[in-house]
Amino acid sequence: MTKNMIMGGLAVFVLAVLSPFWFNMVTTTQAAPEPELLGPAKQAKKCVLDTYDMRTSHMSLLDEWRDAVVRDADRIYVAANGHAFNMSLSTGENSCLGCHEDKAKFCDACHTYTSVDPYCWDCHTNPKEIE
Amino acid sequence: MEQSRRRFLKVAGIAAIGLGAAPAINFAASDSHGPGAAAKVKNEAALHAERWGMVIDIKKIDDTLARKISMACHLHHNVPDFTHEVDTQLYPKTRPVNHKQEIKWIWKEKFHYAFPDKEDEFLNEKFHHLPFMVLCNHCKNAPCVQACPTQATFSREDGIVMMDYHRCIGCRFCMAACPYGSRSFNFRDPRPFIDETHPDFPTRSKGVVEKCNFCAERLAKGEQPHCVEASEGAIVVGDLEDPESDVRKLLKEHYTIRRKQSLGTEPSVYYIV
Ligand code: SF4
Ligand code: SF4
Repeated sequence: MTKNMIMGGLAVFVLAVLSPFWFNMVTTTQAAPEPELLGPAKQAKKCVLDTYDMRTSHMSLLDEWRDAVVRDADRIYVAANGHAFNMSLSTGENSCLGCHEDKAKFCDACHTYTSVDPYCWDCHTNPKEIE
Repeated sequence: MEQSRRRFLKVAGIAAIGLGAAPAINFAASDSHGPGAAAKVKNEAALHAERWGMVIDIKKIDDTLARKISMACHLHHNVPDFTHEVDTQLYPKTRPVNHKQEIKWIWKEKFHYAFPDKEDEFLNEKFHHLPFMVLCNHCKNAPCVQACPTQATFSREDGIVMMDYHRCIGCRFCMAACPYGSRSFNFRDPRPFIDETHPDFPTRSKGVVEKCNFCAERLAKGEQPHCVEASEGAIVVGDLEDPESDVRKLLKEHYTIRRKQSLGTEPSVYYIV
């Protein structure tokens, strides 16, 4: 085998392996959505956790909340920043959706983008939808 | 040559261990710094009891009031009503209902079904016509709790037998274990059969069991259960362990019965007859 053949083969191989990158370069990709802060959430400025922690671990926070509410009957979460919240997805003003009123922009936008399909809303209700 | 190969393998081995351990170390480290000094507490107005109990004065209840009580509970807890006409535009694929799939939390029952062990040939005729309101008894020795393999059903510290619908796998062991038929199974998505969804309580999904929750969500806000509010004084809840509580006073003044007492489940719901 000649040196040229080897080099040529390598070049083809590298091109093929990196094909997803080439593909993404020529097609337009959708930018990751930013959760939008609207209404009361925009004014409040202080959330349950820091933005970064919220982004990475809101699911485990909700998991903890559920156990606290259902098992220990503790329903108020006093956050590290001193603010108290109602440990509830959607009941009352002090719940998640009580502050982040637009579920489509707050929950669904990112979940859809990342192909996550949580089943929260099979049971929990969006007060805006059932009016 | 020999020497350097040995050394290379040693170094490579140690490096591999290091690489393998890194995620585990990171995981342990991230676990230890959780969300700071946050705390989970109860609402200040919440009602407490060492063991919640209920006294139902059957003499004060007639058929109209019985219906009102059931309605109050079922509407607020989004219990589906299978006689409700389905909105076919919203739920086009809904199949017709089998009446055996009925779901109920509190309902009117005949004496001989509610108290089969107290049935008697010469029983006072009036008992056969009284509307006995039956619901989950929030048993002290609840067999449903022991049967549940996932701890979806559990006894809370204050005696309320609760369900975590998230954990329920729909095995229905609890339904087989409960001697009172207090539990219902969601054979289908209940949402098409809920006329007006109440925002204060979630609905359930297909495949979980449900039952009365003693209005835990109301007690947590310092409010009385829906059935108590609708009952015009016929239903009273309170602390069974507190000799000064309203329920204990009623128990002192009246003769009361409980359902299937001989089974030893220690029901917390008492009936004045
Ligand atoms: S009445 Fe049935 S469901 Fe309720 S606690 Fe007793 S055994 Fe469990
Ligand atoms: S049906 Fe659900 S609540 Fe009942 S025993 Fe099974 S997992 Fe537990």
